[in-house]
Amino acid sequence: MPIDKIFKDDASEEKGERARMASFIGAMAVADLVKSTLGPKGMDKILQSTGRGHSVTVTNDGATILKSLHIDNPAAKVLVDISKVQDDEVGDGTTSVVVLAGELLREAEKLVTSKIHPMTIIAGYRMAAECARDALLKRVIDNKENAEKFRSDLMKIAMTTLCSKILSQDKEHFAEMAVDAVFRLKGSTNLEAIQIIKKPGGSLRDSFLDEGFILDKKIGIGQPKRIENAKILVANTAMDTDKVKIYGARVRVDSMTKVAEIEGAEKEKMKDKVNKILAHGINCFVNRQLIYNFPEELFADAGVLAIEHADFEGIERLGLVTGGEIASTFDNPESVKLGHCKLIEEIMIGEDKLIHFSGVEMGQACSIVLRGASHHVLDEAERSLHDALCVLSQTVNDSRVLLGGGWPEMVMAKEVDELARKTAGKKSHAIEAFSRALVAIPTTIADNAGLDSAELVAQLRAEHHNEGCNAGIDVISGAVGDMEERGIYEAFKVKQAVLLSATEAAEMILRVDEIITCAPRRREDRM
Amino acid sequence: MALAFDEFGRPFIILREQDQKTRLRGIDAQKANIAAGKAVARILRSSLGPKGMDKMLQGPDGDVTITNDGATILEQMDVDNQIAKLMVELSRSQDYEIGDGTTGVVVMAGALLEQAERQLDRGIHPIRIAEGYEMASRVAVEHLERISQKFEFDISNYEPLVQTCMTTLSSKIVNRCKRSLAEIAVKAVLAVADLERKDVNLDLIKIEGKVGGNLEDTELIYGILVDKDMSHPQMPKQIEDAHIAILTCPFEPPKPKTKHKVDIDTVEKFETLRKQEQQYFDEMVQKCKDVGATLVICQWGFDDEANHLLMHRNLPAVRWVGGVELELIAIATGGRIVPRFQELTAEKLGKAGMVREKSFGTTKERMLYIEHCANSKAVTIFIRGGNKMMIEETKRSIHDALCVARNLIRNKSIVYGGGAAEIACSLAVDAAADKYPGVEQYAIRAFAEALDSVPMALAENSGLQPIETLSAVKSQQLKVREYPFYGIDCNDVGTNDMREQNVFETLIGKQQQILLATQVVKMILKIDDVISNSEY
Repeated sequence: MPIDKIFKDDASEEKGERARMASFIGAMAVADLVKSTLGPKGMDKILQSTGRGHSVTVTNDGATILKSLHIDNPAAKVLVDISKVQDDEVGDGTTSVVVLAGELLREAEKLVTSKIHPMTIIAGYRMAAECARDALLKRVIDNKENAEKFRSDLMKIAMTTLCSKILSQDKEHFAEMAVDAVFRLKGSTNLEAIQIIKKPGGSLRDSFLDEGFILDKKIGIGQPKRIENAKILVANTAMDTDKVKIYGARVRVDSMTKVAEIEGAEKEKMKDKVNKILAHGINCFVNRQLIYNFPEELFADAGVLAIEHADFEGIERLGLVTGGEIASTFDNPESVKLGHCKLIEEIMIGEDKLIHFSGVEMGQACSIVLRGASHHVLDEAERSLHDALCVLSQTVNDSRVLLGGGWPEMVMAKEVDELARKTAGKKSHAIEAFSRALVAIPTTIADNAGLDSAELVAQLRAEHHNEGCNAGIDVISGAVGDMEERGIYEAFKVKQAVLLSATEAAEMILRVDEIITCAPRRREDRM
Repeated sequence: MALAFDEFGRPFIILREQDQKTRLRGIDAQKANIAAGKAVARILRSSLGPKGMDKMLQGPDGDVTITNDGATILEQMDVDNQIAKLMVELSRSQDYEIGDGTTGVVVMAGALLEQAERQLDRGIHPIRIAEGYEMASRVAVEHLERISQKFEFDISNYEPLVQTCMTTLSSKIVNRCKRSLAEIAVKAVLAVADLERKDVNLDLIKIEGKVGGNLEDTELIYGILVDKDMSHPQMPKQIEDAHIAILTCPFEPPKPKTKHKVDIDTVEKFETLRKQEQQYFDEMVQKCKDVGATLVICQWGFDDEANHLLMHRNLPAVRWVGGVELELIAIATGGRIVPRFQELTAEKLGKAGMVREKSFGTTKERMLYIEHCANSKAVTIFIRGGNKMMIEETKRSIHDALCVARNLIRNKSIVYGGGAAEIACSLAVDAAADKYPGVEQYAIRAFAEALDSVPMALAENSGLQPIETLSAVKSQQLKVREYPFYGIDCNDVGTNDMREQNVFETLIGKQQQILLATQVVKMILKIDDVISNSEY
């Protein structure tokens, strides 16, 4: 009896071993892809888009690489997804999470071929992950009480994060910048308040943190270029023709004179609006929308600096730093809160003129101006700095830190190994495999740096046999060293997220015993 | 027989263009249908039980779903075969009716079909098989009723409910924290349940998910969570003791439904129009303020000007809130949805003890919590998880758990899980078979055998010897007639007394499974002619 096909034409179905193989291979391929970017000596990737212009991105940020891949393998998509979530949630460790998940699956594959049921492996992995987390929790350092030490912790974390990025040359400079910026936020994780402006030219070292606020806009012609003790009105209103909002209204006239009259009235209306705005007693007006020539001229006449077309985020930030409210109606000048700052001036960065607000009331927001040789460098620098800022802002809230350089992995691996020895049954194989997967991370870091990984990891393992050891791989000198002395720190939150989501993803893929691919949706033929 | 003749000897066509259609008739049709049904059941078989595996489904747009929920798998599978579609429908109706046991029902139907095929080979007429199944299912359902147990719980002692929900959750990927999730589900259901009428409106439980954090951070919020933020970035982020105006009208000048034109032909008219326009906004905001609202939730957007006026008058507002959410907010806060500003009165405002905005992670995602509502009859389960698929799967699992809790509140009877109920039924049906004199006897025995396939699949998936385990359990049950609690020890606990393991299922869920599966199988058996358009 022929079994009728159940699925649609192009659909496919893979079962049992084959399905498992397909997902293991897909996931490992993705992990191997980003593996070489891990660690301070990781390599970069060039991504060329298929879209128009074939724009090129050079990066070693795991999330960015994976985001731009077109992947068909469903298991690989799971890994891309966890890396994206890691990026959104803690900002860093996007490569580590994928590499760890890949290693977990690689180990699982070996176990499956030696006839251990996936469910047993999952049970073992779960126990191991729990144990690994406890091991980390036991060894965390928390310096929240001691402000000075906390700051130095943050500096070290920032430097550790940055050393794997393009900014590693000037990591101290950038770490200083990032820590300063994050401290200004006073505990909030709202990174929008930190504005990053990229200006090609100069070198990375010329980048700086500005305490004030920089708006990438030009000052209107004929308006003052420098204002002291500025009173700023931040607005979001139409400064072209005010459209009539009453539905169905239209202008219908029967003679040319009438047209002129209406036009006059319109002009009058705009003038009224400008006058109302001026009645606030301001000397700087920033609008989100366009300002037409006519009102601009009126502002110039009144000696008011008018800035048009500041984008929405710019407006929000400006409102935040100057303490003014974003206004859209201007009938009650006395109750609208104006923003204040000591000095507005036009500054030059490279060839571009920018508007600089300094001496602002609220110090929360700040701007970081990045300088660099090319757009690619700047983009990558921005991503790196973003990673550092994310990690720092998360660490401010959860101040627990760990040592870096493969130290946490070795600590976890040791504990997990011990657990494996204590556990009876097949699960212990899975637990052992977990510890091997953990060790793969320091191995990869060493490999990427061109060091003898087998030698180093063995040495590291021996060192870790002693209680309370701080040994990790120092890639710069190429030897095992004391991580505390070298000042290599990582945030606990990042490590925990890496551990948990990698285990979760591996578990999810392991549980699958069948892959059903639906027929791809037919695109409308436009031919 | 495509051509027939009427009484005057004129030919007429019954089936047009027959050569373009494929047609299967008689026993071939039944065999083909059974094969298709079995194929679907076989896919789901390995997902049954606490150690069941997941399926990875790639949708037509390349999106990936990983699940072991029967209904979801079948829905996403996008099958082409008609009989397979029937099986999909079957699992869906179990999902609608009961919410749980969607995999079990398909496995059961598959087993019934398999047995039917064997009877067909013996030469028993399909209708007789169908009738036999019908009788057997009646016996099984009655027996279930008999072995079911009432179990007692109330608001203060909901532990038994939690145990049942844990049975449901243990087969999902979320079983790592099944305890906490089960508690969340039970608390949510109890919060919205109407214990007197024994009814639960699951619409009042909103399930929201946000990627990030881990599963342990999943929480139950006695209130509403809206995936929106304040309309103006500078509005206060936290409002205590909020009076909420729930509006479905935009903050815009009115738009009469009839077509009209306002003609402006003089300067004066232009001026008055402008004044009026400003007045509109002012009045609208004033109206909200006058009735004492401290928060405006609006289904529509509003203009920049209105936005600023609201901000200026210190009236925080949320815009573009969806219709369903709006309703939930109205229920939770005891407010009324107001379609027009004129109808806004103080009584129609909803009240909430606390409204706050919370941000997540490093991206600028914010959500609005509305808590301590006047009427706490609406709750939200907020799921966190490592990735999108995890959250989707958790949502489905929680939904199943909610359904189970609801069913228990409706009907307090339970039967024991782990295949115990199926084995007990199988024994009862087998015993009853001998009483029927006709050919149906064979069909009834076949039914009993089909019932065995569920515990068999459970044992298989748990890595036990299926036949060995099943026969051991069966003899145990037979030995102690009045003690139908022996099932398959899937979790390797060491006992197969399901009462000790606390593995329950709801009585109506089980009954429904048997009834639905029997119905579909009967339907499939009665088909003796399949006409389908061949490839176009």
